[in-house]
Parts: sequence; structure tokens; C-alpha cells
Amino acid sequence: MLGIFASIVDGLLVGLVYGLAAMGITLIWGVMDVINLTHGMMIVLGMFALYVITNAFGISPYLTLPPVLIGGFLIGVALYWMCVHRLVGRPPLMSLLSTFAVNLVLVGIATGVWGTVMFNVPVSIPGITVGRYTFPGAHIVAAVLAAFIAAGLYLFLRRTRLGKAVRAVANNREAAELVGVPTTRVLAFSFGFGVSLACVSGVLIGTLFPFTVLTGDGYQLKSFIVTVLGGFGNPVGALIGGVALGLLEGLVTPFVPVSWTLVIEFVLFVLVLIAFPGGVFARRSRAL
Amino acid sequence: MKPHSLLVAAALAAAPMFAAMPANAEDTIVIGMTESQTGALNVDSVAQQRGADMWRDDLNAAGGIKVGNKQYKVKLVVYDDQSVGGRVQQLYTRLINQDHAQFLFGPYSSGLCATAAVISEQYGKLMIITGGAEAKTLELGNKYLFQAITPADYYLSGAVEALTKLDPKAKIAAVYSDDPFSKAVLAATLVQAKKAGFQVVLNESYAPSTTDFGPIVNKIISSGATAFLGGGHYPDGATLARQIHDQKAGLKWISILVAPASEKFADLKQAALGISAPSQWEPQESFTPQFGPTVADFNKRFHDKFKLAADYHAASGYVGGLLLQHAIEQAQSIDPDKVADALNKMDVTTFFGQYKVATDPKHHGLQMAHKMVLAQWQMVNGKLQRQVIWPLEAKSADAIFPIPAASH
Repeated sequence: MLGIFASIVDGLLVGLVYGLAAMGITLIWGVMDVINLTHGMMIVLGMFALYVITNAFGISPYLTLPPVLIGGFLIGVALYWMCVHRLVGRPPLMSLLSTFAVNLVLVGIATGVWGTVMFNVPVSIPGITVGRYTFPGAHIVAAVLAAFIAAGLYLFLRRTRLGKAVRAVANNREAAELVGVPTTRVLAFSFGFGVSLACVSGVLIGTLFPFTVLTGDGYQLKSFIVTVLGGFGNPVGALIGGVALGLLEGLVTPFVPVSWTLVIEFVLFVLVLIAFPGGVFARRSRAL
Repeated sequence: MKPHSLLVAAALAAAPMFAAMPANAEDTIVIGMTESQTGALNVDSVAQQRGADMWRDDLNAAGGIKVGNKQYKVKLVVYDDQSVGGRVQQLYTRLINQDHAQFLFGPYSSGLCATAAVISEQYGKLMIITGGAEAKTLELGNKYLFQAITPADYYLSGAVEALTKLDPKAKIAAVYSDDPFSKAVLAATLVQAKKAGFQVVLNESYAPSTTDFGPIVNKIISSGATAFLGGGHYPDGATLARQIHDQKAGLKWISILVAPASEKFADLKQAALGISAPSQWEPQESFTPQFGPTVADFNKRFHDKFKLAADYHAASGYVGGLLLQHAIEQAQSIDPDKVADALNKMDVTTFFGQYKVATDPKHHGLQMAHKMVLAQWQMVNGKLQRQVIWPLEAKSADAIFPIPAASH
């Protein structure tokens, strides 16, 4: 029984980080109907930023979050102008192909720089032990930080002028433009912010598990499942979706062979798409 | 006569003259192989490639392979297979048809070797496998396939034998990657473990792409296991080791396939301490070679060349070349049938250990003589190092038991 409890708690902790990772992809989708296929690579970029900065300066892994947040934002804005701006408002397939192409280029460059060997950032924070089960400190810290960042995003979207502008553009771009919202800048900001969230989640994931240049694919796939569970374009839903996915993994594993977990996840993915084509927590309006 | 007919006639007339001319290409043996420069198998495959490159450089610097009055230099043609079977199939066909490779070295991993073997046999090309341990590939009646390393069935035999001495009442959790190599290893290991009287409390495979082993580690804890046997290749093995450590799984013994045999495993720091790995070769071994470098010579020159300590993948990459070289010299020919015949007859010891393959049609090419050791990551003078702990006659240090890496 304690084993099942441990699995559920573990799933919850990791699920919060999955949720944060998916918030970036769903924010971009919600604002500009663009599926960002560089998302996985941006997560990896966060991981490598963590590795490089902690090795160069010997600082705590968590102190890398502010520079990664800013750096990720700037990279995201640059990516927006390079490969997305001209495609906003066009069929989603075009931006899908564009970001896919950029992703291939980025993976190629990253492979050239770092190869595909595994990198590890050891984090030693005391965990919590219950019976024979230990919840690692790094998992707890990552989950708490993910929850704080998600809450920050929520408050930003609800309480700040810029956040409201982002929501206005997501709701109705033309109407937002009519009332004086600089929509192009808001779109660039949203893309930058979405990428920034991906990079930050990469930092947190990098404190939990070793990683390679190719690790992002798996997390991108999980982000899609989370997005479907949480509802397309709904960042708060993404966090709930992440937790739901983590809980599912935690709940299923004690009862079935672990190799079945992925199968069950994708069966759920398909079932949700059939039952709720917009995601379980999809909003009726397009407002974020 | 039309102008183009004249050209053809002139070319035909000149052909015997060119054929009679000594061509550099004739004095070079082309050997083809693929390397996983990218993808999940990158770490071990690159190490294997370094070994093969070093053999080529050593050989060419010494003048090449002597056959009669000729000295053949070696050219390695290498492509990146991206750790993908489909690429291996395309690239080995290209190596044979476009690069005119006369001999082949297998890629890294059992799965990729099985794919490459289909192509090499189809074209009748001799291939030496130094990175594929699964025996199944060698049990299909192939004629030109030769394995230089111990087959998968025996990978964890040393760990089981060591456990019988260290903890005869150990409860074993077998958790391994769902790939041909790992499944073959664990299938054989579990038979050996049950025969030795061990209780297997968990037997599960996981997807090779798994990145979070948290739920699996919880399952290991719930099973009440005291010993862990499993893993797969580098990325999953390293992640598994770290999470077992982070979650303090309380295991007294951990043997993981492949990953801990790489020098890169030391990056895990405390999580690496006490983890043991079956190894095809360790730098502490002391074979007296009949030809080729000694262990000390290989270690030193490898380190000088790559600024890295050699691991078993690097050593196996080197020995593949060394065996082919010896077979060509024995056969005094580069005819694949004659070289294959020499490889069939060879019963030799190199710095890598013994080599002798089965020659019956059902198991042709399967390695019969080479023995593995069990190495454990230990702290030596404040630095993590692998020490040979099994078999006892080859040990360089006593085994640490119970291990500290995953205990409370």
C-alpha cells in the first residue's frame, strides 16, 4: 500500500514538471495557433544551459533559472521573427513545418557541439523518507518551483497589463488590434515566453535525470499528451494535465508491467481526443 | 568509323595497359563499418570506433599487412548510422557496392549487428563483430560472420557467481531494457540465477526510451529485492543508476549492463560507487598476447592518443582489426574464403583475451573462448575507478558488499 502511495506522490512531483514543460507549448498554441516543434529542443537547451552554467561557475543549479528564463525568452523572440512571424494566421501546417525544419537545424548544431553523449548534473538535496521509500529532494524542489512558476504565469496573465494583452490577442486578434494592442509585439512576446517556459522546465528536468541532446523528443511527446489532457491553449489546464499524466504513471506502474505504461498513456491520448477533441479542460472561448 | 566508336576502340585497346600498371588501390584493403556517431548508442559506439581507428593507424604506421611480397595498407570507410537499424541496412549496402569494402566490421549493439549481418551474408562479405553480443545472430547458419566478444548469455554469469559467494540468499530484481541484447542477457541470467537457488522477486522490461525510472525504482523497493541485475545500454543504464541512488532503493548489490563499463559513468559521482558491470575486458587484465600489443602497451598508447582511459568497447574495436590482420597473414591472401578459413582455425590469445569460434554450421562464428570479468566502481585515492572483482583469480580488488550507492 505504501508502495502505491509512493508511486502516486512520485507521479505528482514529476507531473508538475511535465505540466510546466507543456505550458510553453500550449501558451504558444493558445495565442497564435502555432504548434512549436522546437519545444523539445528548447527543453534540451535549458538542460545544457544548466550543465554549462553550473560547471563554469559552480553555482547552485537553481540559480541558473533567472538567466535561462531571460536567455530562453530572447531566443524565443528571435525564433519568432525568423520562422513564425510570416506564418501567423496561415494554415497551422505551415508553421508546423517551419518549426520542424528549425528543430532539425538546432538538433544538428547541438549534436555537433555536444554530441549525443549523456550529461549529468548531480543535485544533492536531502529527500523525505517514508518507510523504505525516499522522495528525492531534487524532485520536491523541482515540483515546488514548477508550481510557483505556473502560479506566476497565471497571475501574470490575469493581473498585468501585458498579460491581459496576451489574453486579448489570444481571444480575438483583430479586436485587440482595434483597441490599440500592439499585436505583433504581443505575439513575439508570447512566443518568447513560451520558449522561455520550455527552457526553464528543461533546467528543472535536468536536475532530476541525466540527459542528452536527443532527450527533448520524449518530453515533447509528453507535452503533447499533457496538452491534450489539459486542453489546447489552456496553460492552467496544462499544469493539471501534467499532474494527471504523472499520477497516471504513478498509479499504473505498480499494477502492470512498466513497459505497458507508454501504451496506456497513448490509449488515453487517443480516447481523450475522441471524447474531448479540444482537450479535457478546454475552454469554450479562446481566452487563455 | 564514327568518332565515339573510335574512342571506345581506343579505350579497349588501352585497357590491358592500365590493368598491368601497379595501382595504389590494389595495395590498400578497404574495410567498411558504421559508427553511431549520434543517437542512443553513441557513447559505446564511439569508443569502439576509437579502437578500430587506433588499430588502423598502428598497422599503417608499421607498413601494413604482409601478404607474400605485398604490404597492404588499410583504409577504414566509416559512416554514421545514427543508432538506427534502417540506416545500417542502407549504409552496409553502400559500403559494399559503392565503396567496394573488401571486409566489414560490425556496428555497435546486437540489434544493429543483426541488421548488418543480413547484408554482409547476402553479399558474401566477411564481417567481424566486436559490439554485438546476442548469440541469435550467430545461430542462423551464417558463413562469414565472426564474433570477437563473449555472447550475451554469459554477460551476467559473473554477477550471479559473485552473488552466490557474497549473498546466497539475495532476492533478485531483474529490470532490463526491452531490446534484443538485454532480453537475451537476462533470459540466460535468470535461468542461471534460479539454478543457483536465488529467488527472483521482480522480472520486468522497460521501453529503451524511458527517461524517468522513478515508478520502476518504487517497484523494485516494493518487491523487497536486495540485488539488482539489469539495464540495457548507456542512457537508460546511467539514468537507472542515478535514480536508484537518489531514491535510496536499499539494494545491497547492483549489476548493470554496458553503462558502468564506460568511463563516462564516473560523471554520476556518488551514484556510481559500488555499481558493478560485466566487462569484456578491463585495463587491469594480464593476458600474454601471441601477437599485437600487450595490455600495458595498449593502455598507454590509447591514453596518449585519445587522452582517455581505454574501456572494453575501445579494446574490442582494436581486437577486431587485430584478428582480421592475423587471419589475412595466416591465409596469405585477401580472398574472403581463405581469410574465413583462417578465422575458423584460429585459437589465439591477444591483449583482449582468447579467441576461438564455433565452426559447426548451426553456431558458426559464435565466440567460444573469450571470458568476461565483473568490474565494480570503487573509490581509489579519492577517485572513482573500475576494479576487477570477479573471477577471483583475475581480481584487482575485493568486492564492496553491501554497496553504499543505494543504501539508506
